[in-house]
Amino acid sequence: MLQTAQRSSETIKTKAAPHERFLEAFRWMLLARTFEEKLVSLYRSGLITGGVYIGKGQEAVSVACGLFLQKGDIFAPLIRDQAGRSAFGEPLVDVARTYLGSRQGPMRGRDGNIHRGLPRQGQLAMISHLGAMVSVTVGALMAKRFKGEKNFIGLSCIGEGGMQTGSFHEGMNLAAVEQVPLVIVATNNHYAYSTPNEREFACAELVDRAKGYGFEGYNLDGTDLSACLDVIGSAVKRARAGRPPQLVVASTLRLSGHGEHDDASYVTDEIKREPFAQDCLKRAEKLIVDLNLVDAKRLQGWRDEAAAQVDLAITTAQKEAAPDTNEDWCAISTRALVDQAP
Amino acid sequence: MSITYLEAIREAQAKLLRDDERVFIYGQDVGGTFGGAFKATKGLAKEFPGRVLNTPISEDAIVGTAIGAALHGMRPIVEMQFADFSSLALNQILNNAGTHYWRTNVPVPITVRLPSGGTKGSGPFHSQSMESIYAHYPGLIVMTPATVEDAYTMLIEAVAIDDPVVYCEHKYLYYHLKADKLPAEGLPTGKARIVREGRDLTIVSYSAMLHEALAAAEQLASEGFEIEVVDLRSVKPLDTDTMLASVARTGRLLCVGESFPFGGVTAEVISRVTSEGFHLLDASPQRINAKDTPIPYHPNLWSAHRPSAKSIAAKARKLLRE
Repeated sequence: MLQTAQRSSETIKTKAAPHERFLEAFRWMLLARTFEEKLVSLYRSGLITGGVYIGKGQEAVSVACGLFLQKGDIFAPLIRDQAGRSAFGEPLVDVARTYLGSRQGPMRGRDGNIHRGLPRQGQLAMISHLGAMVSVTVGALMAKRFKGEKNFIGLSCIGEGGMQTGSFHEGMNLAAVEQVPLVIVATNNHYAYSTPNEREFACAELVDRAKGYGFEGYNLDGTDLSACLDVIGSAVKRARAGRPPQLVVASTLRLSGHGEHDDASYVTDEIKREPFAQDCLKRAEKLIVDLNLVDAKRLQGWRDEAAAQVDLAITTAQKEAAPDTNEDWCAISTRALVDQAP
Repeated sequence: MSITYLEAIREAQAKLLRDDERVFIYGQDVGGTFGGAFKATKGLAKEFPGRVLNTPISEDAIVGTAIGAALHGMRPIVEMQFADFSSLALNQILNNAGTHYWRTNVPVPITVRLPSGGTKGSGPFHSQSMESIYAHYPGLIVMTPATVEDAYTMLIEAVAIDDPVVYCEHKYLYYHLKADKLPAEGLPTGKARIVREGRDLTIVSYSAMLHEALAAAEQLASEGFEIEVVDLRSVKPLDTDTMLASVARTGRLLCVGESFPFGGVTAEVISRVTSEGFHLLDASPQRINAKDTPIPYHPNLWSAHRPSAKSIAAKARKLLRE
């Protein structure tokens, strides 16, 4: 039977106690927002080549994805998951290195922006082709099972756009067939680049698909940090406890363009007035103030600290050497088998 | 004792499963009591419980799963039911496995077995040769064994290699080729083999076309020509040195492949020999491929669509007159 765990804004008005990791999560969100604002500014100054893709408005969902994972877990973040990546343990300087093309970054200038990962540490490196990382996560979990590891789970992120790919469908089905401990967190930010929901899918609720795949499904207000922590945290717990694969569908609005090259002029005023269009960071901050969880001075201190961390990451990466053309140009690790093309 | 090309592939997988606990086989119908559409995994699911696994018809996810498992310490062997269906996994093979080491410095040791090439009556969707497509993309090794011995040793080598390997096994050879015994070792991948020595013309080929080329060489021998035949064994890496050395002896080159004619392995061979060994050539190098149409169903059409000993010999005679 389909289960849902919706938490409406009513909960906030009754001043329910926030999740025990609320403040910790908030600080990751703040760091991600601060960092991405800096990236945008660098991009607009022409200091970042390629694109900048930010997670503004999706930080609450994303942080909850990274926060409950442990060493030994597999995380497959996607384009708007800076908050989750940081919470999972990705060093901020590596993000700066990847955007700025430093040789010392994990991608060494060979790939950029959000196409980064630390596969040895369980953070998979996404490719642009959506849905592809679901089955890769399944395979990583199968490997852990083959090797007799215990207490691991995988969490793979997707958007409502990526949910419409064949690759996603195959990966979901296979995850259920293999009964791996997997959580899929799908964020419906209401646009696949410029295409609105009504041209993306025709079902009433995306979460209804969970049943069809053999997943357990949950809806989530992605603008409510407490709800994100509750629902995603519980899904992680259930996966770890051996329940069937979990699907969480969060509702948000992308509060940016697809990338910073995109002014998002197609986002209607009407949709901006929807409840899911609220800024999750502002909402979390308001809750902190309303409940007087920390005082204004401390809040400002956190902001200053985030800004300092961001500055350090960026200035460190900026000082590092860019790749030169003195590359070995080998796409395989077995040097003896590199084809000697002219 | 006599062992077929298909049995060699099965035996190689049995040995790999026996010797290396990181190995598992993943693909459609490979497990249970069935053992694969061609029986390349016959009996293995029983012998190695939990390690020879049937999958849904999900080529993309099958390869994606293999990639994830390989990244976390396993050595998966994927069986595509037919090479043709690997087109549905192109994204995972080319964009995920093929880019991974370059991007992240972490290699992806997967082996994807492709039952390739034409057999009579198999038609457009069960006859394709995909090696040129995979060789075109960076990050992959592409093997095309033409003998029972190579089928065995190269598959074992494929799994040992830390990088993604596309292993193109030819369906026509499954039952047609036999050997007395399996070797303990073979030539390393990347090394072509001179299968027949000659001095008048070099025919470079691989996979099932090697045997058509050898039959053509035999016909031409009765006409007084000595044809040298080179088996590429792997199309990527491509052993340019062996081809050049052969052309240095013969002065003439004909390259034979079963895949479609535009671009591809035969074009690459001619390009490399021409640009690096132009001075060695006494005549324009030539190539023969399948025709530029989908692969036909009817045996009459099929026989005319792919190169044959007859068409290779005819092309060779013309080249020998130049």
